[in-house]
Amino acid sequence: MNTSVNLAGINMKNPVTVASGTFGYGREFAEFIDLNKIGGICTKGTSLKPRSGNKPPRVYETPAGMLNSIGLQNPGVEYFMENDLPFLKKFDTKIIVNACGSSIDEYVELAKVLNTLDIDGVELNLSCPNVKAGCMAFGTTYEGVKEVTSKVRKVLDKPLIVKLTPNVTNIVDPAKGAEDAGADGVSLINTLLGMSIDIHKRRPHLANNMGGLSGPAIKPVAVRMVYQVAQNVKIPILGLGGIVSGEDAIEFILAGATAISVGTGNFIAPDTCIKVVNGIEEYMKKYNIEDINNIIGTVQMN
Amino acid sequence: MKVNIKAKIIKKEKLKDDIYKFEVQAKEIVNSAQAGQFIEIRVLDNIQPLLRRPISIYNINKERGTLEFIFQVKGKGTNILAKREIGEELDIIGPLGYGTFEVKDYEKVAIIGGGIGIFPLYELSKELKNNTTTKINMYLGFRNKEYVLLEEEFKNVSDKLIITTDDGTYKIKGFAIDELKKDIEKEKIDKIFACGPLPMLKAVQDLAKEKNIQCEISLEEKMACGLGVCLGCAVKTASSSKEAPQYWHVCKAGPVFNANDVEI
Repeated sequence: MNTSVNLAGINMKNPVTVASGTFGYGREFAEFIDLNKIGGICTKGTSLKPRSGNKPPRVYETPAGMLNSIGLQNPGVEYFMENDLPFLKKFDTKIIVNACGSSIDEYVELAKVLNTLDIDGVELNLSCPNVKAGCMAFGTTYEGVKEVTSKVRKVLDKPLIVKLTPNVTNIVDPAKGAEDAGADGVSLINTLLGMSIDIHKRRPHLANNMGGLSGPAIKPVAVRMVYQVAQNVKIPILGLGGIVSGEDAIEFILAGATAISVGTGNFIAPDTCIKVVNGIEEYMKKYNIEDINNIIGTVQMN
Repeated sequence: MKVNIKAKIIKKEKLKDDIYKFEVQAKEIVNSAQAGQFIEIRVLDNIQPLLRRPISIYNINKERGTLEFIFQVKGKGTNILAKREIGEELDIIGPLGYGTFEVKDYEKVAIIGGGIGIFPLYELSKELKNNTTTKINMYLGFRNKEYVLLEEEFKNVSDKLIITTDDGTYKIKGFAIDELKKDIEKEKIDKIFACGPLPMLKAVQDLAKEKNIQCEISLEEKMACGLGVCLGCAVKTASSSKEAPQYWHVCKAGPVFNANDVEI
């Protein structure tokens, strides 16, 4: 049975990665699970300089999901290089650094640094809904995505995956922008912009008022978008949004994802990603699938 | 060391209509748990409610290998938790938090708590009483007589126990902080420990600063993971400027902080 996949030039032992912002830089989870068992780790969104993030409350639970407005708090790429990368290198799993910036120049400068590191790929975050400048501002249009991605592409030799926002009318447009700019893959979806109100205080629950919705609640939206992108672009897809089981992962793969990420599921239980790896294998056994690659994008539409 | 275990409920007590005490078998957590730490409970093996509930540890029972925790029913999650029964297993991660109460020999300490925040102070006081030479003044504030809970237990782990009620239906009418203020004028207190509602913690923080007394406060903030990765449970650092705020995280630097380190 073969579970290995090639995502955008990154050869992974299985299609299971963990999503940016839900797994830190791996350290906290290494206490609970064997990181060698997962295909890859998408790191916490990392910027050129440290970012302190948004005011609390930053998280709020919603039906089968949660809103967050962390605001990309991270220690910066230099800290990552010195402290987290050496730790991650101890494991046999692919390291995909989620890169975020507030301006095109910042994305490019960061990409130059990342190009010199011993990492397996870069996930370009053009989709965080919680910061005022950058990120989602570039990610909603074909032109915006194409412009940032082309400039990063010029300085980055490593596999480049562009993470897309679902907060658009047509998800195919930004995906095509990434493809036309020379990205090796796209990952989708980031969180859906949402809001929840405390009816007793008559104010939003989050200090930042709005935040990104994640968790099982968003899975059908994510599956639909992965399918639509798969029908329209040729580069591979890293699919995510509410995956907590092997069955969930298989849905994304059938819709067209080459690999998947477990995100909010990591908060429910520290071993969710391992359960997803095992669940995929069980499904393959049950249906006599010898190679996971044989079922990518094979959903038969009604 | 943090572990994720299935912990059998061996005792369940309804202390009040909306306050429950559970005792669970949790040898693996008990082994390393310290005063001030908390656990994250998945109330059901389900995606609804999605997140775990962070709950403070009330008592670490090393001999029995059990943990006791007390919680108030406030929403969906705690409502379901309150319906879990003896013999069932709870999915628990713990012990969590790196900032813990500092248990060592002091001359005399003041432990002050309010509302549901009094319960995490029991383990602290118990350890100080059993393992150190510290004299312990304890100040507990409750809503009313009905909500004065575990008085005997707190009495057994302190040298002086002062109880206040907001409405005066039991013992002293008023706030615990006012009783602490009075005593600080008369007695030499070399450390304050506090857990409770924010206005109380702010008052304690101000008092400790004014009197130049060391002070540890236990904080809470909405959190998702409890492990230090979601970065949800942010609390402002004391050195923060308005233009460039900096944050600690309750599950990582806390839940117990040196009062001088945080802006609350």
